[in-house]
Amino acid sequence: MSLPAHLDPTLDDPTSRPPLVLGQPSFAEITEQVSAIAERPKPPLWWTVSFAISLFFAVVLLAMLGYLFVTGLGVWGLNMPVAWGFAIVNFVFWVGIGHAGTLISAILFLFRQKWRTAINRFAEGMTIFAVICAGLFPAIHTGRPWFDYWLFPYPNQMQMWPNFRSPLMWDVFAVSTYFTVSLMFWYVGMIPDLATLRDRAKTRARQIVYGILALGWRGSARHWHRYERVYLLLAALATPLVLSVHSVVSFDFAVSQLPGWHATIFPPYFVAGAIFSGFAMVLTLLIPIRKAFGLENIVTVRHLDNMAKILLATGLMVGYAYGIEFFTAWYSGNHFEAFTFYNRALGPYAWAYWIMVFCNVVVPQVLWFKKARTTPWILMVTSILVNVGMWFERFVITVTSLSRDFLPSSWGYYKPTWVDLLTLAGSFGLFFTLFLLFIRFLPMIAMAEVKSVMPQAGLERGPHRGHGQYWGEIPHQHEAILGGDNGERR
Amino acid sequence: MRGAEVRPLPPPTLWGLAGEFADVDRFLAAVEACRKEGFVHYDAHAPIPVHGLDEAMEIRPSQLPKLVFLGGLLGCLGGLALQWWTNGVDYPFRISGKPLFAFPPAIPVTFEMTVLFSALFAVFGLLVANRHPELYHPLFELPAFAKGSDDKFFLVIEARDPRFAEEETSRFLQRLGAVAVHRVEVA
Repeated sequence: MSLPAHLDPTLDDPTSRPPLVLGQPSFAEITEQVSAIAERPKPPLWWTVSFAISLFFAVVLLAMLGYLFVTGLGVWGLNMPVAWGFAIVNFVFWVGIGHAGTLISAILFLFRQKWRTAINRFAEGMTIFAVICAGLFPAIHTGRPWFDYWLFPYPNQMQMWPNFRSPLMWDVFAVSTYFTVSLMFWYVGMIPDLATLRDRAKTRARQIVYGILALGWRGSARHWHRYERVYLLLAALATPLVLSVHSVVSFDFAVSQLPGWHATIFPPYFVAGAIFSGFAMVLTLLIPIRKAFGLENIVTVRHLDNMAKILLATGLMVGYAYGIEFFTAWYSGNHFEAFTFYNRALGPYAWAYWIMVFCNVVVPQVLWFKKARTTPWILMVTSILVNVGMWFERFVITVTSLSRDFLPSSWGYYKPTWVDLLTLAGSFGLFFTLFLLFIRFLPMIAMAEVKSVMPQAGLERGPHRGHGQYWGEIPHQHEAILGGDNGERR
Repeated sequence: MRGAEVRPLPPPTLWGLAGEFADVDRFLAAVEACRKEGFVHYDAHAPIPVHGLDEAMEIRPSQLPKLVFLGGLLGCLGGLALQWWTNGVDYPFRISGKPLFAFPPAIPVTFEMTVLFSALFAVFGLLVANRHPELYHPLFELPAFAKGSDDKFFLVIEARDPRFAEEETSRFLQRLGAVAVHRVEVA
């Protein structure tokens, strides 16, 4: 690092707190830096190329859905006994990806982790798009998706109600609530920044679109007062919600009687895995984008370092869960349970199991080293491998347990078809299409929030002293270090 | 149009005065002085939530949390009632030997409904309380106010305030450290 010691954001000296935003920019510079990205008349070349590829795969997804609807579920590799294949694997994978966004936006907010302001908008956007991809799969795996509305409890001419005693019904409520609340949280958080884009808009179209989206926000003190209160309430609501959603997803498995699924460890195990995979996806997206848009002064190496630490911690939880599953299988003395885990590690799907263990347990261990946590390309490789590993985790859980259950006579082997594979690729296409549109047209850094943790916001005054703009809770330390000239107000 | 009488537009009327501030501390002190001076129809506009502004303006705590609690309660009881009525009373059917209605399997949906309704009440309560969407406001007539979502702070005193007097109020704002005082006019 060529930075002087007092500005090195990765320095672990507790007496010195480097600023959250590097280079001591003014508010206007932050506004300009972030808004300019969404205001470029023409996108950069890499954006256009990525968008074309993503859109192609999104269209592939549409084609696969069309083929599925016209032909039926037989185009997938499902069989008896493996009636849950890629659709459920992809569903759990995408819902899990979303969880990091809510963790960053809600849980880190409640814990007063001010560094979240640089990445929360981005991560929340990722949540929304991941949940859209996730919601697609349960809808299409029903076989006759045109009857999906039967899942909603509305009075109907059939005089029937859905079965609320089934975890699949809980899923409907959990995922739709999660999507609704995440969307509202994301949008409410974006209103002040949309107003900034409205006020900067040069063309009539931008004035109208951002004007409507900003709802007439004008930063009134009374508005801010209610806004902050509601933001806090939404964070407090989203926190238990995010834990509940993946718990409910895990109930889909845990409530059944199948060996390998019927386990009380599932809810916390799934939640840890979800946050693990979600942080990996945040890193995978953030590392190239902070570079491409020159946002390294806002999303600093320290942010990457912190996210890598969360990745390591949740990775260890996931590794522990893998271990304890084996212990429980052995300790329970249950013949079928023990066989399931023996079969996972050494059976026909051993290849998938060991990819999972390698990617999720072995690879993240490099994050013990600070060098790895602060080197973007190492983090990038690690996070992509974790994404791969977490997809395989869901594959292993879903498929191995089903393919060999109680009766050897009913065993089978599941292989995806080309339609399965293209549907998975297409879901990535949909995700990246939405994501690229987001970074092109909306403020991807929460400008108002980043400004409010900068020295000029005057946070080290009054009753809120000490929650300020630093990485910790030590007020006034910076003045000696930065020479007291780090803001307009001085 | 031929023959139509061309009438001049009515002269713009003064809606208020907007003092522009460049830093938080002066802005905060000015807002407090404004309240102490006895103004009632004034507002403070900032690009960030300024801590201490609530105290400076004596904004009473919002009642929204109570509304959110009400929403949560509604969602919770509604969720329970929905499951009890549909599966326990109106359309009873046995499945997997489970009871028609019991609390443990009803918890997930009840919980989700509680969170959903709380969040909906919070967000729509916010929009209603803040009178959003409000796409027109006299302040938007002021070109300088565009900086109010960037890096400038505005203390706005409306002309309808009983203590308002253009000259005097303008000097008052300048004395408080405003870098500029703008007339806000509406046609």
